[in-house]
Amino acid sequence: MTHGFYIAMSYGIAALISLCLITWVWLDGRARSKELAELEASGIRRRSAPKPEGEKA
Amino acid sequence: MPQIAVLTKLTDLANPTRFLGLASRILPWMAGITAILFAIGLYLSFAGEGDYQQGMTVRIMYVHVPAAWLSMMCYSVMAASAIGTLVWRHPLADVSHKAAAPLGAAFTLIALATGSLWGKPMWGTWWVWDARLTSVFVLFLMYLGLIALNRAMDDPGKAARVSSVLILVGFVNIPIIKFSVEWWNTLHQPASVIRMGGSTIDSTFLWPLLMMAIAFTMLFFTLHIAAMRNEIWRRRVSAQRRMAARMAGQKTDNTVEKGA
Repeated sequence: MTHGFYIAMSYGIAALISLCLITWVWLDGRARSKELAELEASGIRRRSAPKPEGEKA
Repeated sequence: MPQIAVLTKLTDLANPTRFLGLASRILPWMAGITAILFAIGLYLSFAGEGDYQQGMTVRIMYVHVPAAWLSMMCYSVMAASAIGTLVWRHPLADVSHKAAAPLGAAFTLIALATGSLWGKPMWGTWWVWDARLTSVFVLFLMYLGLIALNRAMDDPGKAARVSSVLILVGFVNIPIIKFSVEWWNTLHQPASVIRMGGSTIDSTFLWPLLMMAIAFTMLFFTLHIAAMRNEIWRRRVSAQRRMAARMAGQKTDNTVEKGA
């Protein structure tokens, strides 16, 4: 095997692991954000959460 | 008093809601800066010449060394967070070390894989059980253990305290990794960048290495803040689901009482 193979494999593996990590964090964030939005839409809010305009006063 | 102003700012960040606000503002900037740094770092890595002994395989150093540094830096961040959990019960400290563990495992895996790919053409072997390689492999296993421990416990507070103790005990491995090449005879080369007496690497190789190290560090902090934000959201989802279950239980009780 040539040196080029080891260099390409090193950068390839580093890129693959980094991209998997970025995708996992991004997808996790999107899923949690969607769950929170669904819960708030069904009227379940934290006590300290700001109240929507219609419920103020 | 500037010190008091800084302390007040830090105390403000202890509030998860304020942290979420800050994270949403700075994350796009951090992601953009990380991408630019990687573009510059990769250009410098591939524009540079080869080493007179190692040839072009010296380019593996530009991903291997930053990943190895980050594997130790990530654990140090987790150890600082563990102290925050055990001593000050800081609301974000356990969120911080839980979010950092998968990132540390990933960077350690990159360091192990690229080190092995560098070792084969330079040393003639993929792996040896010498002090440096073995202690980094132990670090990888510790990250996996901490991820498993956090997922095995339902109560995040209890999981955080147990993990914090384990993280602080495991921190003994960090100086072992750093000084393993000096304390024992290893196939791995001794430190050549962060050492007493200054760097022994020629500036042709040092600049791409430092640029890639800064890029990897920015990637770590960007992902760490994003993962911390996700963990806060996850805990809020759990809390709100418990609240929904309690409300549903109260409604059922009231209906039963009216029926009776």
